[in-house]
Amino acid sequence: MKFVDEFRSSELAQRLVHSIRHHSTRRARFMEFCGGHTVTIMKHGIRQLLPSTIEMLSGPGCPVCVTDNADLDKAIALARVPRVILTTFGDMLKVPGSRASLQEARAAGADVRIVYSTLDALQIARDNPARPVVFLGIGFETTAPTVAASVLQADQEGVHNYHVLSLHKLCPPVIKTLLDSGEVRLHGLICPGHVSAVIGSNAWEFISRDYGIPCVVSGFEPLDVLQCVHMLVSQVERSESRVEIAYRRGVRPEGNRRALELMDRVFEACPARWRGMGSVPATGLRFREAYRRFDAESAFDFDPGPTLEPKGCICGEVLRAVRTPRDCQLFGKACTPASPVGPCMVSSEGSCAAYYLYGGVE
Amino acid sequence: MSDRIIMAHGSGGKLAHELIEKTFLGALSNPLLARLDDSAVLDCKGRLAFTTDSYVVKPIFFPGGDIGRLAVCGTVNDLAMSGAVPLYLSLAFIIEEGLLRDDLNRILASIQATSREADVQIVTGDTKVVDRGSADRLFINTAGLGLIPDGVDISGSNARPGDKVILSGTIGDHGIAVLSQREGLSFSTALGSDCAPLNGLVAEMIRASQRIHALRDPTRGGLATTLNEIAAQSKVSIRIEEEKIPVRDEVRGACEMLGLDPLYVANEGKLVAMVAPGDAEVVLARMRRNAYGREASIIGEVQPDHPGRVVMKTRIGASRIVDMLVGDPLPRIC
Repeated sequence: MKFVDEFRSSELAQRLVHSIRHHSTRRARFMEFCGGHTVTIMKHGIRQLLPSTIEMLSGPGCPVCVTDNADLDKAIALARVPRVILTTFGDMLKVPGSRASLQEARAAGADVRIVYSTLDALQIARDNPARPVVFLGIGFETTAPTVAASVLQADQEGVHNYHVLSLHKLCPPVIKTLLDSGEVRLHGLICPGHVSAVIGSNAWEFISRDYGIPCVVSGFEPLDVLQCVHMLVSQVERSESRVEIAYRRGVRPEGNRRALELMDRVFEACPARWRGMGSVPATGLRFREAYRRFDAESAFDFDPGPTLEPKGCICGEVLRAVRTPRDCQLFGKACTPASPVGPCMVSSEGSCAAYYLYGGVE
Repeated sequence: MSDRIIMAHGSGGKLAHELIEKTFLGALSNPLLARLDDSAVLDCKGRLAFTTDSYVVKPIFFPGGDIGRLAVCGTVNDLAMSGAVPLYLSLAFIIEEGLLRDDLNRILASIQATSREADVQIVTGDTKVVDRGSADRLFINTAGLGLIPDGVDISGSNARPGDKVILSGTIGDHGIAVLSQREGLSFSTALGSDCAPLNGLVAEMIRASQRIHALRDPTRGGLATTLNEIAAQSKVSIRIEEEKIPVRDEVRGACEMLGLDPLYVANEGKLVAMVAPGDAEVVLARMRRNAYGREASIIGEVQPDHPGRVVMKTRIGASRIVDMLVGDPLPRIC
């Protein structure tokens, strides 16, 4: 098993596609919550293979994209605080805030460093004891436990110059908000694979139970997504709504208890600002009292300035799945991956970037 | 004698002369270089190809190569992609003070070995030493001259509808081998860079067919960017098949882990050729007999519609656009 080739077999894919076409008779609208799924779908051309009965919508599951400009401005302002080393995952570097991106702040002299893990950020803090090191904590339940682990490690070792700007976000409650808004009607939800590896598939039960929407957790290879669509179609055709897992090699119903414990020890739920949705209660994570000294927001004095939104950008509506990237006047013209206006065009998991890079064939 | 290069080695004075005569000439000597005049005087008749490139790879030693081998191969390959027979190279060093002499000697030995393999001569050179922090250990610039044989007309704008697209081997080896050594990212892999001079391979291809229309080495920006360049220059579209593009398991695994696409990862010892359909099999067979073309395969075809577009048939049977690389590929969050 190589865990890649097996999930891209063209023969198995053809069989699944054939079976989906055969079984699907009712019109159904499915949302892939996760940006990673959007990329898989666009990159492998999965939409072209599905029957016309199935409509696919891209959801808000890209942590870079949903980060509000006001929060991005905070990160950029923190990077400009003298002596601060701002550490971040690579995705964030190019995202434009109200006036600049971290990349531009870096070019202007800020010390912004790309890390591949929170433990790398912690190592930078150990190596530079006289300088404050801030980790830009952006991500969903997948990322938050690793950030919590770095905080606990820093606490244990007495690394006092390590801080986190916690902009983490939680997935299940934001889906609830989307569904409650009534803007989007769904017949099936492709639940995020990596998030579910942490929170467990049980976390989606309320959607199938309270909203009558079939939920299937999917992996990120083309066969995973096709199998997931197949399972959703089967539920739709039988008028069922259950939570199923099409990603058993990664996800269990109860999730990863250890990761959840870590997250819960360090963080507590709080309201969070989502691009296009405003402040949504209980969808963010802030430091619990015992760990608040690690909170970058209270540790430094900085002014992010007034928040500006890019004119004409519909990233907010794209994230709420009420419009698609192609509905945007800027798409592919004023806004491209080379000179992005909104974050959905920058992030490797952003819908606009996926449509731009892989879309557009016949 | 100091075991490191110091500022005085670039001063033009005694230490500089000693460095040139002992270290550089010692490693690279040939009659043209040994004259030490202000310029090399060369005898050439015919159509010349002329190119230059600067090498700033970090780290300067990486699995499968080093900055010296890269500096020779990169320029030799640029000449070869015009169908030229590479003959002469210039070699300019910008050294950050403090570079270990041993490292310099290793790199010079590698340059000598690679230029011998590529059958080119280093005929002129320059050395500068800059303060610590003004360069990153060592930068190298090479320029190259080559002669284009009569009847050879190879250019990125010559691809024609119907041409077969031949790729000389696996993609992404160089980029992933270098990335695996980067600070903060080091992962262990048995993979080495594919860094190699391709002029021998190109010469054999040209002997096999007069109808090689375009050649290019997919370096930075990877295969995807190179194909886009050719499609735009030749005003054609290129259709490739994902399943036919060879990628090593190590490269695919690393790309999955880092969120990169092998189509955009750099190569330093691969080429793509657009060859008239009738000659494609002959060229392919000849390539496979060369050490640097053993895994060559036909990966697609040139088409007349949608000029400038590159489309790939995915493994699962759908199609998608393959765009140019935009910016630097950055690893993803989740």
